[in-house]
Amino acid sequence: MINLNRRRFVQAAATTAIAAALPLIHTRAAQAADPLKIGYIYVGPVNDGGWNTAHEAARQEMMKALGDKVTSSYVENVAEGPDSERVIRDFANQGCGLIFATSVGYMDALMKVAKDFPDIKFEMCTGFKHAPNVANYNIRFHEGRSVIGTIAGMLTKTNVGGYLATFPVPEVVSGINSFQLAAQKVNPKFRTKVIWINTWFDPAKEADAARALIDQGCDVMTQHTDSPAAVQLCETKGIPTFGQGADQSKFAPTMCKTSTEDQWGPFYTTAAKDVLAGSWKAEDEYWGMKEGAIKMAPITNVPDDVKAAGDKVIQGWMDGSYNVYAGPIKDQSGAVKVAEGKVMSDDEILGLNWLVDGVDGKMS
Amino acid sequence: MNVDFLIAVIITVVGASTPILFAALGELVTEKAGVLNLGVEGMMLVGAIAAFATVDITGNPWLAVVVAAAAGSAVSMIFAVLTLSLSANQVATGLALTIFGTGLSTLVGKGFTGRIIKTFDTVFPQALAANPVGRVLFSYSPLVYFSFIMVALVAWFLNRTRAGLILRAVGENDLSAHSIGYSVIGVRYAAIAFGGAMAGIGGATFPLVLTPLWAEGLTGGRGWIAIALVVFAGWRPVWLLGGAYFFGLLSTFELYAKASGASWTSILPSEGWAALPYIATIVVLAVISASKRGGGGAPACLGRSFVPSA
Amino acid sequence: MRFKLEKRAEPSRFMLYATPIGSVLVTMIVGAIIFSVIGYDGIGAVYQTFIAPIATAYKWQDIAIKASPLILIGVGLAVGNRAAIWNIGAEGQYVVGALAGTGIGLLTQNATGLWILPSMLVAGLIGGAVWGAIPALLRTRFNVNETLSSLMMTYVAIHLMNYLVTGAWKDPSGFSFPETPLVTADQTLPSWDLFQIVHQAFGWPISGHFRVHLGILLTLVIVVVMAVLMARSVFGFQVRVVGSAPNAARHGGFSQKQTIWLVFLLSGGLAGLAGIFEVTGPFGQMSLGFPQNYGFTAIIVAFLGRLNPIGVVIAGIVLAITYVGGDMAQSVLLLPNASKGIFQAMMLFFLLASDILIRYRVRLVSATPAPAAQPARSPA
Repeated sequence: MINLNRRRFVQAAATTAIAAALPLIHTRAAQAADPLKIGYIYVGPVNDGGWNTAHEAARQEMMKALGDKVTSSYVENVAEGPDSERVIRDFANQGCGLIFATSVGYMDALMKVAKDFPDIKFEMCTGFKHAPNVANYNIRFHEGRSVIGTIAGMLTKTNVGGYLATFPVPEVVSGINSFQLAAQKVNPKFRTKVIWINTWFDPAKEADAARALIDQGCDVMTQHTDSPAAVQLCETKGIPTFGQGADQSKFAPTMCKTSTEDQWGPFYTTAAKDVLAGSWKAEDEYWGMKEGAIKMAPITNVPDDVKAAGDKVIQGWMDGSYNVYAGPIKDQSGAVKVAEGKVMSDDEILGLNWLVDGVDGKMS
Repeated sequence: MNVDFLIAVIITVVGASTPILFAALGELVTEKAGVLNLGVEGMMLVGAIAAFATVDITGNPWLAVVVAAAAGSAVSMIFAVLTLSLSANQVATGLALTIFGTGLSTLVGKGFTGRIIKTFDTVFPQALAANPVGRVLFSYSPLVYFSFIMVALVAWFLNRTRAGLILRAVGENDLSAHSIGYSVIGVRYAAIAFGGAMAGIGGATFPLVLTPLWAEGLTGGRGWIAIALVVFAGWRPVWLLGGAYFFGLLSTFELYAKASGASWTSILPSEGWAALPYIATIVVLAVISASKRGGGGAPACLGRSFVPSA
Repeated sequence: MRFKLEKRAEPSRFMLYATPIGSVLVTMIVGAIIFSVIGYDGIGAVYQTFIAPIATAYKWQDIAIKASPLILIGVGLAVGNRAAIWNIGAEGQYVVGALAGTGIGLLTQNATGLWILPSMLVAGLIGGAVWGAIPALLRTRFNVNETLSSLMMTYVAIHLMNYLVTGAWKDPSGFSFPETPLVTADQTLPSWDLFQIVHQAFGWPISGHFRVHLGILLTLVIVVVMAVLMARSVFGFQVRVVGSAPNAARHGGFSQKQTIWLVFLLSGGLAGLAGIFEVTGPFGQMSLGFPQNYGFTAIIVAFLGRLNPIGVVIAGIVLAITYVGGDMAQSVLLLPNASKGIFQAMMLFFLLASDILIRYRVRLVSATPAPAAQPARSPA
């Protein structure tokens, strides 16, 4: 026993000494114009066919654009909570200069680490807290949702659309509201039924929830989840549906009418370029179709007039003639939240915590 | 509430209950032989990924069922060797099996994320499912009908065959069974293997019937519900069938309560429905354990290692 | 030549301590083989999971944080297992303790004072004990198998947590994300950076951080208390006798019912305390991802530690290393995080398998000698 103790002590002392020396070694290496190290953390698997697949595709795009000026790595399936703090801290300790956290649940952990590493730049996807070295980046998802809503409103026969939602955070609420508002513009009788499953990725639960919505009379469906489970279920049940995050038509060749394709590439390339040039600023970026941050997959398997209506909405966002959040907009109690002639501001959209009239469901 | 909605609910519930029915059947046989195997969740996940991988590679769902059963059995043998031949503690070994099966399935499954497989076609032709009654009876996948057959088979085996009698004897009084000359260890090995096979098929139901995708932890804790179900059904196979659908109904209500709109299911929050199977099981446990001395309907040797004194 | 199992005259103390160590080593070897067969870098996986966390100084903090709840819960479970009482509902008691403490925290959000944190910790202890009391009651009043009932109560606890975290206890300024408000400064466990302290006290050139929070220190204190309790007190004696010789215990005047109550209250309370430590320390709040399966992993810790408080500390550290190593394997080798479960389970498998070596000796014997020369078998 005594031997073990002594050995352990020496080992610990040696390791401590080495660990102490590491930062010194590291600083010398960094001075020799090393490529910028970039870290990514993903909330689900990279091949989920949706949200995380899009982020990973964008990371590859950035790598191609910047060549050997940058190196990057990712960790997938990082649970939101203290586990994520460990992973972010790991990236920071490994010498990353720029770290992207791709889900809102990482925000608190990221803020903690950002405080301890003021020289590292942090980018929080769909976040809303601020610090000198933290910027938030976000896509105007509601633009894509309005295209989907338009198509759904025209295709439905029961006038009830199903929305498979996750957490009632503003990003998701905005999607629901935009869907309903766009649908009721072309079909005043349209209503949306929402189900909250409190997880981003759980194929079995997603399929169950989609089934529940269909059982309750929804004949068009869309979702905010990261796996194609709901889309796939709709194909088997013959329910028109829409992909999210990436083109999901391969999971539902006849029923998936279009998909919102998140284009994170511009964000990543621009941020990395800024850090390399030393011009990175802790500013929030909120981009949409005009900036190329979101694209719609080709609208397929619908009558011509429906396709035309969808394309018109896309064109409307590009040239500024369409805004789903133009007043008058009422909430579920009937109160007017956006007056006639006015338009919802970015801050209001980013902080949305109420549902519009026409949505069946509570905020939880 | 109209007929269509009712039918839709029945069909959904039957589908959702099938995995736990299979797994619970297997665990019932295992426990009747006196062994408490808490590794059901792990075995189900192993079966699920085995089935998924098999269909992805060969395109044959029937083969997938066989492979899933074999995989579940194989993994259960780890538990069997430890608890039967090495007299290890059954609770700890079962928990380790769950953790192992979960990790193994995730590891193997990594290469299969994002892929979609072909599932079973329904057994009966669509024409039979034209009217409401037909829909309720004929619109299921083969695994659902197989589960009914298995319930009947297990009930018949346990109550009407000599082998079943021996198995029950081993579970009620292992020392006496041993002294009569029956191989307690042998019977228990077989029971555990059967439990593993059933759990594997239960897990296979997920990708083959419910969601043709793979994700880690696909079974979402159903293995634990299956364990509760065995207790809730008082270790009786036919009651297991009813209990499985009852639990399945509760989990469907859980979903409906999460959905919007005024539905009577919102008398309880969705988490209340989710907790109800467990609470119901505890109540049932309390009732049956208190009414008879020494554990009620549970096999008397449940959880105890068999140590021959000779 | 064949192997023969020969019962030992008395259990081997050497094997008692060697088998946990052996299990870990065998796990590393077999694990490397399994991972290689499936197509991953087997040796790399073992290195990242077991060695890299120890070799990387900035990971020690993470090991300590992970080990603390495992040890605290494990110590309580070890007591119960010695008494042959199976509390496998520790995860539920952990969650309810965290809820109870969080409840106090929500009530005192706008208050200040040194009394707030201790009252949350006490609430956590009581919450876990109360949740543990339920299987105890069911066992003593209704003869319900405590393994099954404590397991059921775990899932009830998790659903209760989900209900509160997505509903009444949601952070109003959290933009509807299902989590409770972050703990305030007065509600946070104080922590100390050991590396900086050593650096300042002795002048050693250590950089980096090794931050430990109060919960970690209190856990070590409790371990010492439990060790003394089990070795020197009547309670410790009671537990051991009830576990190994129930009839003798009854003759000695130890009530099994009383033992059941004490064991569940103790292990439940410790699990609840671990829960509130996590809330006021590493997590800072409760969210849907709060249950980390510590309550189940602690069972492995208790076994691997041979139900001995000091052993539990070492086992807790080993298991914490696999948690942290699982992360590193994911970062470096893209190994799925859940595969650390394979290593954790294997350690327990090998430990349980090797248990037999404590009671039996393996001997090589030549093919059946003449009947007269066979050694007499010692009575079972």
